[in-house]
Amino acid sequence: MWLAFLPLALVTLIVIVGGVLWAIGGAPDLRLRGAFAIVEVAIATVVSMFSFDRWGEVFDTIRRNKLRTALTAVSVAWGIFVMIVLLGMGQGLNNGVRDSFKQEAMNVVRISAGRTSKPFAGYTVGRKLTFRNRDYTNAASVKGIEHLDAQFFIKGGAFGGGEMQIQHGVKSNVFGVNAVYPADFYTGGYAIIEGRYLDAVDIGTLRKAVVIGKPVRDFLFGHGDANSAGDGGFDDPIGQWISVGGVPFQVIGVYTDQGSEEEERQVFIPTTTAQLAYNGADRIGMLNFTVGDADAATAHLITQEIIGQLAASHQFSPDDPQAARVFDNVEGYERFSKFFLVISIFVLVIGLGTLAAGVVGVSNIMMIAVRERTKEIGIRKALGATPVSIVAMIVQEAVFLTSIAGLLGLSAGVGFLSLLGHAIQSDMIRDPSVRVGVGILAAVGLVIAGALAGFVPARAAAKVNPVQTLRDS
Amino acid sequence: MLRLSKLNKFYRIATHSLHVLRDVDLEIAEGEMVAIMGASGSGKSTLLNILGILDDYDSGEYWIGDTLIKGLTERKAANYRNRFIGFVFQSFNLLPFKTALENVALPLYYQGVTRRKRNTIAMQYLDRVGLKDWADHTPAEMSGGQKQRVAIARALIGKPRMILADEPTGALDSTTSAQIMDLLAEINRSGITVLIVTHDPEVAARTPRTIRIHDGKILNSTDVPPHVPVPVAPAGPPEPAVS
Repeated sequence: MWLAFLPLALVTLIVIVGGVLWAIGGAPDLRLRGAFAIVEVAIATVVSMFSFDRWGEVFDTIRRNKLRTALTAVSVAWGIFVMIVLLGMGQGLNNGVRDSFKQEAMNVVRISAGRTSKPFAGYTVGRKLTFRNRDYTNAASVKGIEHLDAQFFIKGGAFGGGEMQIQHGVKSNVFGVNAVYPADFYTGGYAIIEGRYLDAVDIGTLRKAVVIGKPVRDFLFGHGDANSAGDGGFDDPIGQWISVGGVPFQVIGVYTDQGSEEEERQVFIPTTTAQLAYNGADRIGMLNFTVGDADAATAHLITQEIIGQLAASHQFSPDDPQAARVFDNVEGYERFSKFFLVISIFVLVIGLGTLAAGVVGVSNIMMIAVRERTKEIGIRKALGATPVSIVAMIVQEAVFLTSIAGLLGLSAGVGFLSLLGHAIQSDMIRDPSVRVGVGILAAVGLVIAGALAGFVPARAAAKVNPVQTLRDS
Repeated sequence: MLRLSKLNKFYRIATHSLHVLRDVDLEIAEGEMVAIMGASGSGKSTLLNILGILDDYDSGEYWIGDTLIKGLTERKAANYRNRFIGFVFQSFNLLPFKTALENVALPLYYQGVTRRKRNTIAMQYLDRVGLKDWADHTPAEMSGGQKQRVAIARALIGKPRMILADEPTGALDSTTSAQIMDLLAEINRSGITVLIVTHDPEVAARTPRTIRIHDGKILNSTDVPPHVPVPVAPAGPPEPAVS
């Protein structure tokens, strides 16, 4: 427990040394002695921190000025409280927004086949490319890919699935059909509400399995007819057979996608099954993959490696921007992260501003205190108090006040977040809290702030001229 | 024991320079009791500050024993004040929130003496000024004379070589003043040099020697027998009641 205070003490020491040196600028001879004075003041301050007598003096002053002390304490405690609550809310906002953006994986890269725009190896431009199953196999060996998905474009649709007639019993409608690998679950960002998603067995055994969107289920299995929702209920779709473009598929799961209703009016079938069922041979329309926590630069390298494979396989220039078209969210993801950095900084700036106001308050009140105590300081000086001991006295008092008050505010803030955090929870704010590191940082900051608050008045105190204060006017 | 030679002090106010002390030569022997008299603005206060190592000077020399007091660092000055000089002020200058005992012990605090030890010593000095029973009282609960006794005990506790008293009886009635002067005389008899800055002729009359300062110059530094009026400087302004 005490060990945790060591780095704190160290930082405090450094700040105190610097500040005290400036503070005793009021005592010109000390200022001139430079390095030696730093050591001297540092030793004096640390010694005084461990001196029973010094603490006696500090408590004496506090006891004599209860109101002033209370006001000071409140201003600092409030500053810390506001800062902690703000930081907690910032964290909560971060958590919340991150959660809601999870619906669409932010780290997805998609590569689809296009037409060449550069001549290569004797081929002219404008050649239409088609990816094959082997491209999926090759890409699977690339390091850094988290989830890999190969999509078959059913009607050669431009992006994703084509549309097909889907029928169950007498109900029939056109929905989007996507032929995908199980990894699509991670690149698409859906939530399964019934049954399961596609798996490796479905791919391997070419099962006629289909995962349908919630509106599709409601339409095909709902109690109403084509023109009304009926009583709103529906039959259990799992295990039921439906016709997808004339081919029967068995429903294995239902999904939702909070992204949009349009993305829910879709069904998903295994790429391999679709290739067989709809005359697709080994063609694939698009490779999708996620890159985990990789940054934009790493994601770019991974993408380039896959494009290199594709270029070698399909005889096009790796520099050809049209041959393999890349769509990625990685840059968006980074921008998103930066956005949160900005929020964090903003919150921190506001919090620090509030804290700074508190510190200025402490400084101000201490300044008044020093003015009030001019005579006392003059007497102490006449009796042999060195400027160093005067500065140490004022700084120590400020550090003590700020630390105690700040720790109170800190506890109150943390308590507030843990007790009332759930009450302010919403879609955008989730689990508002502060990390332990932030707490420790705040504690260190407090002591530093206290020292800073003490320096200005300490400087004034060091400048007190006993000659003028002790003589009666 | 205390020697000033050709000491000069200027106050610089913006572009002007005020010559406050002019070639002051002064010698005070160990164990002397001396009154320093002078009108307001005569340089008396400045001289007191320099003697008390509360202020520096521009040229000349100030020796306490073998120690040259010149161009000291503030730390060194504080140290010398603590060791060489005991201050007694007109307004006592006790810390109001501390007890008599704590006030007396304060100089020892700045010498790094432990609390227990300095309280023991402080009690002895309080006893010496006859205020042992008042140790736990704050200055607000004491009379002026008592406060000045506490201040004298405080001045003595550091075993100084001299007591520098600035109008020590200025805030006291004549009976109490006499008692305080008795106390100072008694201290002087124990071997400690006592310097009293005053404008009160009665106080000056009780010291074997009076130094008069006028316009930054020592007018007369000769021994003056008690009760013999000292010639006033011809061009000197009338002395105000309060310095």
